[in-house]
Amino acid sequence: MTGEIIGTYAIAFLLLIGSFFVAVGVIGLLKFNDPMIRLHAPTKVGTMGIGALLLASMIHSFVLSEGSFHETLIMGFLFLTAPISAHFIAKVNIHLRSCDTPPSPPGDGEWATLNVSDDDTLSEQPDPR
Amino acid sequence: MARAFKWLLPHPYLSILLAVIWTVLQNEISAGMVVFGVLLGIVIPRMTSIWWPDTPEGIHIPRMISYGFIVIWDIMVANVQVAWIVLTVPNAKLKPAWVVVPLDLRQPEAITVLAGTITLTPGTVSSDFSESGHSLLVHVLHTDDPDGIVDGIKNRYERRLKEIFR
Repeated sequence: MTGEIIGTYAIAFLLLIGSFFVAVGVIGLLKFNDPMIRLHAPTKVGTMGIGALLLASMIHSFVLSEGSFHETLIMGFLFLTAPISAHFIAKVNIHLRSCDTPPSPPGDGEWATLNVSDDDTLSEQPDPR
Repeated sequence: MARAFKWLLPHPYLSILLAVIWTVLQNEISAGMVVFGVLLGIVIPRMTSIWWPDTPEGIHIPRMISYGFIVIWDIMVANVQVAWIVLTVPNAKLKPAWVVVPLDLRQPEAITVLAGTITLTPGTVSSDFSESGHSLLVHVLHTDDPDGIVDGIKNRYERRLKEIFR
């Protein structure tokens, strides 16, 4: 019986932490004005928030019903994919010059995103406006 | 025999990982599902092996696990720091910066892990990669000391990754 009570408190605590971090992520997304800075709020705070929520779900399944390991998989996939989507958004920001131009890499040429051949630049669609 | 083994299991760790993921996905351990997971673990790496020409020479598994724990700890600390910055620092006082991290790592797998780690930890997002693959562009949310960030990344993560991937 005490196990269930401790489990319930742990779940409640983790849900509070998780929702706090998700809320901070949303606030950051709304508050910041630069596209690159905006990227920071959801990528980091989101992983922690969702991680805590998933941990709560896992404890719930172990304490109050049959155990479940699905949450570990969700966490694993999330941690694998979050950096990749962040990387893509960053690349788009650099490419559209919607942020400060990054410093050139030391010595060796150009950043991969900015390395566009002239043919590609010419074939870009004109601005529809 | 060894060649047949290498043909059948081009990526042994991937095979084990796929079998484990399949079993966890079922949420209950039954013999049939484990067997099916092992089959998937053999078939999928075999079918996709054309796109994975180079396998890392060796991965130091215990060091990889301790690296994982360090990263998870850093993610938790980083989340509190970033949450604090989001809630207290006004937009005008924020000091974002581009930071260039010169890379000593050469294996694509190791660089991928490093870039992922940077994105998941303290207020940094890895954004781009130089043409020749010798430096990584990192965006920092709020810093007074960009060089310190580079040193931190190199000492804390890259040094450990060099020991993991040989």
